[in-house]
Amino acid sequence: MTELSLHVLDIAQNSVSAGASLIEIEVAIDTRGDRMTISVTDNGKGMDGRTARLAQDPFYTTRTTRKVGLGIPLFKMSALMSGGSFKLEGRPGEGTRIEAVFGYSHIDRLPLGDMAQTMAALIAGSPNIDFVYRLSKDGRDFALDTREMRAVLADIPLSTPEVLEFVRRQIAGASEDIVQT
Amino acid sequence: MKSLAELQALRDKMQAQMGIRREEELSTRIVVGMATCGIAAGARPVLAAFTDEISKRRLTDVAVVQTGCVGICQYEPVVEVYRPGEEKVTYVKMTADKVARVVADHIVNGNVVTEFTIGALK
Ligand SMILES: Nc1ncnc2c1ncn2[C@@H]1O[C@H](COP(=O)(O)OP(=O)(O)O)[C@@H](O)[C@H]1O
Ligand SMILES: [Mg+2]
Repeated sequence: MTELSLHVLDIAQNSVSAGASLIEIEVAIDTRGDRMTISVTDNGKGMDGRTARLAQDPFYTTRTTRKVGLGIPLFKMSALMSGGSFKLEGRPGEGTRIEAVFGYSHIDRLPLGDMAQTMAALIAGSPNIDFVYRLSKDGRDFALDTREMRAVLADIPLSTPEVLEFVRRQIAGASEDIVQT
Repeated sequence: MKSLAELQALRDKMQAQMGIRREEELSTRIVVGMATCGIAAGARPVLAAFTDEISKRRLTDVAVVQTGCVGICQYEPVVEVYRPGEEKVTYVKMTADKVARVVADHIVNGNVVTEFTIGALK
């Protein structure tokens, strides 16, 4: 992967496959601690301890189309390469939380990349799932919550092109205001 | 969220349009592979390009949908096109630049862009 936002898209697709109805994505930058933390939390079917352990191994997948699952191991490797850490927590029936910490100024940290396109792709692909995206840097923050959007939109689906354009515009604007990297 | 007022205005505009927008049957499905292999190979900009092109041309009977791994990772990004009365067409190694042609030639005019298909690789 060339951007962290592509990892986020991939990791959140696992949450979709796990039957989640709410997927929360958070990017938190702490320049004093020189850290960037990315978490994906879902309320899907969850994993037992063994699955959680195996999922961090590149030769594990429950898919049947190919024998290896690479999404989680690649994300983990990305975090570790930047001097960060990786955590996968979950319980069967209670959802899953993945948290990757990156060394913010480390030369091997991938750029965050286009979170606007990632969120638009996720919402377009699963307009009936709710997504929350939070971005913060040193206390300045932004949030997009499809539950709030749904309340305003009433019968208009989240996958309508105009709505997706709104999502992209909001997130791109916030990234520019808050991150500036 | 701070910008809900803007969304409200957008909703009012769309609701006004909905009255005159004819509900059409979806006839064409464009399926973009969005598993790890697809995403790593560049599926996200391909998906965005299809969505943009379809909405720009107001092709309201065309659906752009996402799927997981279709098992041919070496050919990603992979896009499958389903049109009524036609066999499935599989486009491989797609890029955002190729999208306008697929939409114009195949989706709108019914001529498969053979040089982008899996058959052209074999
Ligand atoms: N959010 C999640 N909820 C439940 N199970 C998950 C989740 N994420 C991953 N898994 C399990 O871990 C496996 C490995 O995931 P991943 O590395 O992304 O590979 P893949 O998605 O290609 O199988 C998945 O097949 C699935 O069984
Ligand atoms: Mg996966």
